[in-house]
Amino acid sequence: MYSYSDFDEAFVRARVAQFSQQVERRLDGSLTEDEFRPLRLMNGLYLQLHAYMLRVAIPYGSLSPRQMRQLAYIADTWDKGYGHFTTRQNIQFNWPKLPDVPAILSALADVQMHAIQTSGNCVRNVTADHFAGAAADEIADPRPYAELLRQWSTDHPEFQFLPRKFKIAITGSPNDRAVTKAHDIGLRMVRNAAGEPGFEVIVGGGLGRTPMIGVTVRDFLPEADLLPYVEAILSVYNALGRRDNKYKARIKITVHETGREAITEMIEARFAELRAQFGGADRKLLAEIREAFAPPAFRNAPTDAYDAFYKADPVFRAWADTNLTRHRNDQYAIVTISLKAHGQTPGDATSDQMRLIADLAERYGHSDLRISHEQNVILPHVHKSDLPALHAALVKAGLGTANVGLLSDIIACPGMDYCALATARSIPVAQELATHFEALKLEHEIGPLKIKISGCINACGHHHVGHIGILGLDRAGVENYQITLGGDGTEDAVIGEKTGPGFAYDEIVPAIERILRAYLDLRLEPSETFLQAFRRVGMEPFKAALYEAEGERNAA
Amino acid sequence: MSRRFTPKVVTANLLREGDVVYLTADDRWSPFHHEAELIEDEAHAQMRLLHANAQKLVVVGAYLADARPGPNGPEPTHFREVFRTRGPSNYPHGKQADLAN
Repeated sequence: MYSYSDFDEAFVRARVAQFSQQVERRLDGSLTEDEFRPLRLMNGLYLQLHAYMLRVAIPYGSLSPRQMRQLAYIADTWDKGYGHFTTRQNIQFNWPKLPDVPAILSALADVQMHAIQTSGNCVRNVTADHFAGAAADEIADPRPYAELLRQWSTDHPEFQFLPRKFKIAITGSPNDRAVTKAHDIGLRMVRNAAGEPGFEVIVGGGLGRTPMIGVTVRDFLPEADLLPYVEAILSVYNALGRRDNKYKARIKITVHETGREAITEMIEARFAELRAQFGGADRKLLAEIREAFAPPAFRNAPTDAYDAFYKADPVFRAWADTNLTRHRNDQYAIVTISLKAHGQTPGDATSDQMRLIADLAERYGHSDLRISHEQNVILPHVHKSDLPALHAALVKAGLGTANVGLLSDIIACPGMDYCALATARSIPVAQELATHFEALKLEHEIGPLKIKISGCINACGHHHVGHIGILGLDRAGVENYQITLGGDGTEDAVIGEKTGPGFAYDEIVPAIERILRAYLDLRLEPSETFLQAFRRVGMEPFKAALYEAEGERNAA
Repeated sequence: MSRRFTPKVVTANLLREGDVVYLTADDRWSPFHHEAELIEDEAHAQMRLLHANAQKLVVVGAYLADARPGPNGPEPTHFREVFRTRGPSNYPHGKQADLAN
């Protein structure tokens, strides 16, 4: 993976020193809160409901074992012994104290990490396919491009005061696991007729209060033109984007108000100007970066032990069926470690779990770790013969849950248990859904299902693209949960449709059960997934299941 | 006729620790909601909020939150404020643990 250059190192250290002094000045009264707030936000420090929260970037979701151990150390030393992995491939510490934050940032810098640009109206942490460099369907590893974008966007003088925050997602596979169509810029690698790799460039996607699927401004951008093209988009947005109204400031509104054709023309015109100015410096840098992402030295060894174990052990088999993904090397597998044990907080890992995962990555995973936007940890390269031992070690640490892609593999934002913006809780809803369906033993029968929960309209929990989305709202001083169905975050992205009136906190789990029982009744065969069934039959049968029983109860 | 004023408490987070605190009638910052001064007059509420906002080295983000009288002192009325009195629901962290005794 990429290692900091002297320039990166000096920059991050300088920012730590700068912020340390800013904290000092805040604590001695030389800075007011109004003066300090933008400075702390630039360094990822929020004030939440019960405490400060520090959001640390995990660039394109890639972590080394050493970095993971340092996160565990930070959790133990300055927090409460755990961390929360987020839907933007970041980690959040929920309980830091302001005077300790400089020491935390210094500890992060020791392992080439930081919290810069994890807040504010700038280009945020670039997110990527968590299976990058390993997936069987991949055209090229997107991480070198993501790293190029990270270096370019970090402290970019032109883009530090954008109209609003700006999120870029990139995938090297035609099958989109990075939700590129719901980002300000989505980059999806494709091949042209000549077989050359390039990007479909998607602009103006986003969730939040105005969910929109991005529009394609370029069907095929030669990969060599990536950086000047992205800069052209930012440049057009920086000039056109609305600064008069926070709710209309994202690029999705700019695209919507300007129109696809007009904005495409403006981007292309700016690109024509910029392309020459880059003069190949970006290409040279990319070539250097690419060396850091050379594939690991794959082991060539028999996989019979795996096959035998798979046949013999049903618990291992269940885990292998849900938590493994096909690797481009047939002897290998991509392992998803579920941070969704039934009843636990989605995305949370204790410091002990982090250390164990770091050890396992070194022993079995070529020292590579990923965080997925679905709030799980990935070991992208595990030789199949090592899987039984790996699984046994994970089970012992409560990390062996076989539920990836199933009902209990829920995305949930922190919601009103932590977040100052939230309008309702989301974590306990996720916990109860998981334990409820675990008790019913229905999860495996229901099959592939993505439930995504947000505790407010800002949609950090991606509810709009959940097969079942749940949005927690405050309705006249009471938590109320709105359901959407049929959302999809893949290359066929769709925004889910609202079912109708929302449900109270204690009604939401039974409501989801009614939807899923209706699905089990109406599916043509067990292989027809919830999403496929929804696309076939539409909203009506689910609405009937949701609301008719209620009507009868009210009438009685 | 003007609308009846909903009683308020002044609440904020401590600058250093971030903990939720409430302004008492004798000008202390208490971690306990029931120790807060229950303010029944709008003009007085504004005065108390100004007083809170002036304490720049102690608290951050002071605001007025709806409350009602209870047997042990003021009680929160909105669920958000109820959560702020105790901490998150997924772990025994925050006030519910720190102030259990």
